Amino acid sequence: MPAFRLLRRATVSASLLLTGCGTVIFNASGDVARQQGNLIVHSTLLMLLVIVPVLALTGFFAWRYRQSNRAATYKPEWDHSTQLELVIWIVPLLVIIALGAITWISTHTLDPYRPIERIEKGRSVAEGVEPLVIDVVALDWKWLFIYPEQGIATVNEAAAPVDRPIRFNITASSVMNSFFIPAVAGQIYAMPGMQTQLHAVVNEPGTYPGFSANYSGAGFSHMRFAFRGLDAAGFDQWVAQARSHSTPLDRPAYLQLEKPSENAPVAFYGQVDGSLFDAVVNRCVAPGTTCMDQTMMHDMHANGGAHDHAKK
Amino acid sequence: MNLSQLVFGRLSWDALPLHVPILLGTFIAVAVLGVALLGAITHFRLWGTLWRDWFTSIDHKKIGIMYMVLGLVMLLRGFADALMMRLQQAMAFGDNAGYLPPEHYDQIFTAHGVIMIFFVAMPLVTGLMNYLVPLQIGARDVAFPFLNNFSFWMTTFGAVLVMASLFIGEFAKTGWLAYPPLSGIDYSPDVGVDYYIWALQIAGVGTLLSGVNLVATIVKMRAPGMNLMKMPVFTWTALCTNVLIVAAFPVLTAVLALLSLDRYAGTHFFTNDGGGNAMMYVNLIWIWGHPEVYILILPLFGAFSEIVPTFTGKRLFGYTSMVYATIVITILSYLVWLHHFFTMGSGASVNSFFGITTMIISIPTGAKIFNWLFTMYRGRIRFEVPMLWTLGFMTTFVIGGMTGVMLAVPPADFVLHNSLFLIAHFHNVIIGGVLFGLFAAINYWAPKALGFRLDPFWGKCSFWFWLVGFVLAFAPLYVLGFMGVTRRLSHFDDPSLQVWFVMALVGALLILCGIACMLIQFWVSWRRREQLRDVTGDPWDGRTLEWSTSSPPPDYNFAFTPRVHDTDAWYDMKRRGYERPTKGFTDIHMPKNTGAGFIIAALCALCGFALIWHMWLVAGVSFAAMLVAVIMHTFNYNRDFHIPAEDVTRTEDARTQALAAAHV
Amino acid sequence: MSDLALPVVSPSGDRTAPFLARADHHPENGTLLGFWLYLMSDCLVFACLFATYGVLGRSYAGGAGGAQLFELPLVALNTSLLLLSSITYGFAMLEMQRRRVRATLVWLVITGLFGLGFLGVELYEFAHLIAEGHGPQRSAFLSSFFALVGTHGLHVTFGIVWLVTLMAQVGRHGLIAENRRRLACLSMFWHFLDVVWIGVFTFVYLMGVLP
Repeated sequence: MPAFRLLRRATVSASLLLTGCGTVIFNASGDVARQQGNLIVHSTLLMLLVIVPVLALTGFFAWRYRQSNRAATYKPEWDHSTQLELVIWIVPLLVIIALGAITWISTHTLDPYRPIERIEKGRSVAEGVEPLVIDVVALDWKWLFIYPEQGIATVNEAAAPVDRPIRFNITASSVMNSFFIPAVAGQIYAMPGMQTQLHAVVNEPGTYPGFSANYSGAGFSHMRFAFRGLDAAGFDQWVAQARSHSTPLDRPAYLQLEKPSENAPVAFYGQVDGSLFDAVVNRCVAPGTTCMDQTMMHDMHANGGAHDHAKK
Repeated sequence: MNLSQLVFGRLSWDALPLHVPILLGTFIAVAVLGVALLGAITHFRLWGTLWRDWFTSIDHKKIGIMYMVLGLVMLLRGFADALMMRLQQAMAFGDNAGYLPPEHYDQIFTAHGVIMIFFVAMPLVTGLMNYLVPLQIGARDVAFPFLNNFSFWMTTFGAVLVMASLFIGEFAKTGWLAYPPLSGIDYSPDVGVDYYIWALQIAGVGTLLSGVNLVATIVKMRAPGMNLMKMPVFTWTALCTNVLIVAAFPVLTAVLALLSLDRYAGTHFFTNDGGGNAMMYVNLIWIWGHPEVYILILPLFGAFSEIVPTFTGKRLFGYTSMVYATIVITILSYLVWLHHFFTMGSGASVNSFFGITTMIISIPTGAKIFNWLFTMYRGRIRFEVPMLWTLGFMTTFVIGGMTGVMLAVPPADFVLHNSLFLIAHFHNVIIGGVLFGLFAAINYWAPKALGFRLDPFWGKCSFWFWLVGFVLAFAPLYVLGFMGVTRRLSHFDDPSLQVWFVMALVGALLILCGIACMLIQFWVSWRRREQLRDVTGDPWDGRTLEWSTSSPPPDYNFAFTPRVHDTDAWYDMKRRGYERPTKGFTDIHMPKNTGAGFIIAALCALCGFALIWHMWLVAGVSFAAMLVAVIMHTFNYNRDFHIPAEDVTRTEDARTQALAAAHV
Repeated sequence: MSDLALPVVSPSGDRTAPFLARADHHPENGTLLGFWLYLMSDCLVFACLFATYGVLGRSYAGGAGGAQLFELPLVALNTSLLLLSSITYGFAMLEMQRRRVRATLVWLVITGLFGLGFLGVELYEFAHLIAEGHGPQRSAFLSSFFALVGTHGLHVTFGIVWLVTLMAQVGRHGLIAENRRRLACLSMFWHFLDVVWIGVFTFVYLMGVLP
């Protein structure tokens, strides 16, 4: 029966979908990503309430009402049933209302711009705990991480202490990228001349892959970094080890780094120019360039009247 | 700038990819096949027929068939790209860099997307609507037959430009939507993005004019008695689709024009400096992009609405709600575009709004699925090839729709955006919905268009290879998405992923078998056409007006315009014992063929090519020539003729005899 | 639902005629509707350009803004020329309805001249801005200004080319039905450009000189 084979095939695909083995989305190590994974599971189950009956009915009707089955009722002119129409429109509507409510709530609680309020389920953030700030620059085709608090910078490797909220400030140097560590949190675009933010927390020690999730050119496939979740002591060690590298990340060093390169090796900078990230966001690292925020301030007051600039 | 630069711009012998073996090999193969094809046409003296009866034809039926040929040919190119990608991704792990360097791979995935959407799906859908709408509404042609021909050639020449980029220069390496700043002049200084821009602008004009044409046709040219709520559902979906085209394609035109100004004139719409904002591009392109995918699927929803009643021998369940569902989908498709970039950093309220509107669209879509389901209920289902494709659609499309609603939850999207899960989702709905629908439609309406049915055995082979191949090719991608793998990668570090990619490659190879079976089906059907001939014009016991004509219909479609009393007009006529008129035919007023559409479109393509290569003099001259050609065409007031009543009588008599012979 | 009772369709048992229209059935002409649909699509192109101007219109990149650059007296002249040209086209249409070829052509010429005047002033304005270093490459504001106003000007240019062509065709064939349809389409086009211009001088010029 063609219908049964169709049904079997659909079920196989569906069960492949729900396999949890090795799938980081359902086995995350960060609270934000965990919540997102749960959301996917719950929304799928809600929708299966409609999808499974539809698939079952498709198979059943195709089999029962096949032409060779003369036993089945045949009503060639039956084309309307108000009751059925009501069910057809209302049941999906109810599912969508439920999903819509879930969407509204979860989109607000899991907003990347929203500071972390809980370390994990049942543990809220302690009083007075400040998030660890990591400034991120998506370069061609590598990742630069600047730790303003610790005064260090790294390329293609980042770390954070377990169970401490992190705030990533993210920008890019040239084209649109997307900052993504699947095990820890969802992604957010990294865009030149703009700054986005991602709040996350890592709950389990380990090394997690991170990469760009928006195609950005020839070196895109190698634009990967390692994100290490470390215990408190381990993190301090990591910072100390970075600091031991004497190379400073000053403006000339950044301009050198900005040049396109692929497969960049992990690098550490023991010192960072404190104003560098701001200059990167505002695209004024190179000497002689005007910072975008200054231009925008000027523009806001520029149009103040015909008398401001003398017209030739 | 000297004369040589003005004429040749940046075009030089370096543009030929002689150093890329794959391209060189492809070029040789294409050249050999091309020469063989041109040689065969010359040998069989077909140039005259081709030009007079096909290329210059303004007959919607011929134009519809040409669109289908274009789409199917480009399907082979687009699928070749897919196979190359699958192969690369199955190989390139660890030290193995695969056989495609990034510069090549990045062009392939860009070309794959552009070709499949613009030069496979759009022409096939447009061809279907072009062929069927006038027949279904009882008209003799579309409202603007010349414009129809012109639209076809604009689409074709857009495809020609994309194909030219294979052998002269290169294609874009930006992904199919070419986001700036990557697609700007700073980061893509080569000709690739320019090929992209001009191919799409030219094809886009063709599509827009086709949209205008079909809306005017459906609004103005319906047979007497066919009010809107008596139209076939396919015509309803065609109406909504073409409204979407008119309301969406101008946005594409505008945004590509702005991108080309950035690239050619140094403006600052989407640049990083000078105050430009790349996010504006993303918004504009998706304001076009989302309606575009509904433009692709709605006609196929219409096709299913014709196929299911025919092969279940039952009226379509819920005609009124089908119509309203289509209209609601059309309107809602404008309110969802931001779901393509939830991750671009809009606030939570904006993201939620668009997420919720996206979910709401699934309600009318689901209603349609239920309506087809309940058409099957208490019907008598015949598992002909079109019905098989329809059942394949119903099972696969609901999964794809479900994954779409999953992606519509912004926080879920944050982990799934741009992942292979997304790829699996949209291929699920496009293959399961659009492509399966097209194959169903082709098998269903082939007898009408060609005069003979398509071979059912090879059709069923094709179906099963496609269905199994599709599952095997894309189920692993859902899994890979859950494993955190992103799209557009040409190399991987984690060896544990390889097995899934190999599975996907096997699936793609099965699809290749499916395509081969389809090509064999066409060949075998042609060879066996006398056995498969459709003598009556109504091989499936159809319900709509196109089945009242002969197969293929005469040039004038209907000797007398029909008068309609009910939905399913032909079914209504049959059960009331309608008898075909055999006398009293009059002269029929028809438009003349013309080469103007071909010429004007060719000049546009030349201008586009010249702009790509900065051949300013050629661009200027060809643009001026195009304007002159347009103006000259408008001076032609002699555009129609009459088919004499004797010719009509002869054609109708021949049909009367054929019908009588069939009943013996 | 059907509006005929089953099964026999007429007292005489005629199974053909009720299902066919009269032999001389001609579908309605769709040219005006088709052109209007095209015009609405063009309107959308302008909407995108307005939206782009709305988003980028205050990004001066440290350069001059509308208050410094726009010469409103010139814009007033421009606007008057265009609005007058719409009125004269209206007169041309009235003469067309009276089937007076010569009068129609005279009003078309005047319309064309006003249109050319409009274009002349606009080209002068553009040339002046560019010469002063305020060309479209200077900033996103200027890019979107030139794109929006320039696209409108390009449309006016094509309108004038069309106008001249139509004048030749009316001269040759007179005010036959086909030419009257074409004049009606150009009329829609011309007035549409007028409406867009009203949007332009409101949102770009008048609001642009405000802080």
